[in-house]
Amino acid sequence: MTEKVGVYVCHCGTNIAKTVDVVEVARWAEDQPNVEVARDNKFMCSSLGQAQIEEDIRERGLTRVVVASCSPHMHEKTFRAACEQAGLNPFLFEMANIREHDSWITEDRAAATLKAKALIKGAIERVVHHQPLEPVPVDINPSTMIVGGGIAGISAALELANAGYHVYLVEREPSIGGHMAQLDKTFPTLDCSACILTPRMVEVGQHPNITLLTWSEVEAVDGYLGNFTVSVRKKARFVDERYCTGCGICIEKCPHKVVDEIFEAGLGNRKVIYRPFPQAVPKYPVIDKEHCVYFLRGKCKACQIFCPTTPNSIDFDQQDEMLKLQVGNIILATGYDLFDSRRIPQYGYGRLANVFTSLEFERLVNAAGPTSGRIVLRDMQTQPNSIGIVHCVGSRDENYHVYCSKVCCMYSLKFAHLVHERIPGAEVYNFYIDMRTPGKGYEEFYHRLLDEETHFIRGKAAEVTDSARLPGEEGKLIIQVEDTLIGKQRRIPVDMVILSPAMEARYDSREVTKLFRMGCDFDGFFIERHPKLDPVATMTEGIYIAGACQGPKDIPDSVAQGAAASARVAGLISRGTVFMEPVRAHIDAEACSGCRICNSMCPYNAIIFHEDEKVSEVITALCQGCGTCVAACPSASITGAHFTNDQILSQIEGILWDVREPLAVPV
Amino acid sequence: MKQYAYFPGCSLEKIALSYHLSAIETTRKLDVELKELDDWNCCGATAYFHVDELLAYTLCARNLAMAERVGLDLVAPCSGCYKNMYFTSAHLQRDPDLAEHVNFALEEDNLHFSGKTAVRHLIEVFVNEVGLDEIKSKVSHPLRDLRVIPYYGCQILRPRKDHENVEEPQFFEGLLSAIGADPVDYPHKLRCCGGSLIITNRLAALSMVRNLLQSAVDCEAAVIATACPMCQVNLECYQQQINQEFGTKFFMPVVYFTQLVGLSFGIPPKRLGIGSELVSATPVLSWIQKSKQEN
Repeated sequence: MTEKVGVYVCHCGTNIAKTVDVVEVARWAEDQPNVEVARDNKFMCSSLGQAQIEEDIRERGLTRVVVASCSPHMHEKTFRAACEQAGLNPFLFEMANIREHDSWITEDRAAATLKAKALIKGAIERVVHHQPLEPVPVDINPSTMIVGGGIAGISAALELANAGYHVYLVEREPSIGGHMAQLDKTFPTLDCSACILTPRMVEVGQHPNITLLTWSEVEAVDGYLGNFTVSVRKKARFVDERYCTGCGICIEKCPHKVVDEIFEAGLGNRKVIYRPFPQAVPKYPVIDKEHCVYFLRGKCKACQIFCPTTPNSIDFDQQDEMLKLQVGNIILATGYDLFDSRRIPQYGYGRLANVFTSLEFERLVNAAGPTSGRIVLRDMQTQPNSIGIVHCVGSRDENYHVYCSKVCCMYSLKFAHLVHERIPGAEVYNFYIDMRTPGKGYEEFYHRLLDEETHFIRGKAAEVTDSARLPGEEGKLIIQVEDTLIGKQRRIPVDMVILSPAMEARYDSREVTKLFRMGCDFDGFFIERHPKLDPVATMTEGIYIAGACQGPKDIPDSVAQGAAASARVAGLISRGTVFMEPVRAHIDAEACSGCRICNSMCPYNAIIFHEDEKVSEVITALCQGCGTCVAACPSASITGAHFTNDQILSQIEGILWDVREPLAVPV
Repeated sequence: MKQYAYFPGCSLEKIALSYHLSAIETTRKLDVELKELDDWNCCGATAYFHVDELLAYTLCARNLAMAERVGLDLVAPCSGCYKNMYFTSAHLQRDPDLAEHVNFALEEDNLHFSGKTAVRHLIEVFVNEVGLDEIKSKVSHPLRDLRVIPYYGCQILRPRKDHENVEEPQFFEGLLSAIGADPVDYPHKLRCCGGSLIITNRLAALSMVRNLLQSAVDCEAAVIATACPMCQVNLECYQQQINQEFGTKFFMPVVYFTQLVGLSFGIPPKRLGIGSELVSATPVLSWIQKSKQEN
């Protein structure tokens, strides 16, 4: 029986029609075998375009539909729905991408028109081999895992928990709070970061719907949308959370201090048994095994001796615990790292004592920081009277990161304000390339700083040196810069330099993408499904992203993304069941030789082997349709639904319709 | 014995003769033979590339093709020669069209450039090819406590190669440490010496050198070590003019790194060309050979 195919060629306004002769393509398509009708249309995705398809299915008895337009990512759903509306199984539809794969990539009209024909011919040849398929229903587990307990993860967790859904919040560090907990003030309102963050942290800690897993890391992820199994390593705290009251006596009595490289950015000390900061959630401390004298030399146990609880909360024998958690969706909110300023040696960080990073300065000005908020030089005593703030350290620099880190201008302005506030009469210089302050109240903040008589020097700082040349430079750090507004080289001597380094993807973001089977961009930031219309979903169903792991972001944006990701998850949970593409593998038991090659290749463990019948079988609910087993099967007895050999080979033949010469096939 | 095609360049024939002598003497001790390239020609210096790029590339490519013919890697002791050869080789390999043009011209000489010859600076041969351990083993007269400035100049590190640290390199320091000297942490070690600015703007050039020298004095350096004849000339020859112009009293010896390496190997100073400087290095270097007994 021959099929009746309808072919629809879209102009996409001028997106396609500008380079492809769509009228000619449609006329040509009409003459192809099996084609019942071919039309061109200004916008196939419009309701008129869809109505045309429905009308032709009803009136002319189409049994297959081909739309040549944009990427299936954009409108495959739209056209499948149109087919279904008219009573045609949606999988009897095929899309030819003549926009992203054709009209947008060339200006050669003849070539583009020819390629459009090839793509459409391929689609026609393929679609006649399509089979009607039914979507696979999947139940959504109502629990959600959120990875990362910074402000984005906290926001996401609270949104879901308050909606009545259970959340596992996994955090690598001993406490949630993330970078925001380290900050002093937040721009542009200058409210205290801890004061607005800690109530939310406490809420997370107390929420009946949130299971908080700090000092824990995700080690493996199995399963798929609705039914993930996540293995989490709960690292040994050496403090028993069942008995610990968080009184802190152990911390007080611990006789050993180490430099706190993480929370205090190397400027302050912490005990070996510690909480990163007083308002930490949870309140239970952690023993730093690397530095603990008991673990190193077998003696001390001061924390255990002074612990007032019965039974004693200190447990030196505690082991890492492996948890297997069942969740329906996962939100990644793993945050960012700060660019290592040592990578730009000409700025002297690590070599010149009084060059600080922004995070170090945050700790310096923080009332709860190592100097109780006094701004001092590295000797921890002397107050600087002149401070240079260097913007764009590692961002907007083709040697490091080309992108703009987005938050640095604003926090650099905030620093300038804080210096004016704490050290009256101090000279503050901002060295900027462009001042970037888009955001509610941000530009106003910039104007406020202009009024506070901050010096703004437009130019990328060339270097920071202690080599004095001119009078007045002795003992100072000199910032060499081209002031591009006056067109002159300048040397600005200051007491202290603050570098504003780029926000970077986490050092291990690539491993994380492998773990969760999703993608990251060239810089290591996680890729969203669509940069504008789907910013918190990923290409992997059931995995969402929020906050700075997706790209540099300030607090309001991170909070918004956390909430947005939660809304997406909540939508799925409340639906309960979703329908997945029925693109699944199937083994023809008659043809299966029982070699078991496919068993070990399946990344989802979806293939089982029947010992009695000596044949393998695909568990449809577990299969993700990746096609690995189909390719691996030596007897070609595995078929991938919607990607059968017939369909693929006919499509290839179709695409090569005008190739008369036999192709030189590499042997 | 490892062999290299040696491209001395014009300076080493006359003004930087001491660099040439010391290079030959020290490499011989290290079992390295610098075989002077037969019939080598000018590298184009700083000027020619701005006059006619294609001809300048051809000029450099001729030297590279001749090194290729004898099957040796090319070594240039002068940073300017090195930069021109390195860029030519890199550009020609990346641009087949340019290579075709250049090879068309080279055919006249029965030569062909294919990019098989690597281009190295002499200091690279010491640091990377021979290696610091090997150099250390040859040191008989360590330059103890001699505060030496490792003056890289600008051209060794530009061409920027792969992931090389071009802002804070350490290999020159490593070499100086290997011969027992005390490398100075000199903030201007990568600064321009002025190049040929002295011709067009004398005062600006003198001022640049003055800053370099002042910083050297501030760092309490005894001697500046260079790896480039141009740097050596600029830093040494104009000290008197600078002193007149700015009322300073600079008297800072500027020597080639090969001369220091040679001293540490126990080679007599005269054979290293020491004694021919304008600012005598003898006062700060003479004790080295005498102090052997201390080892």
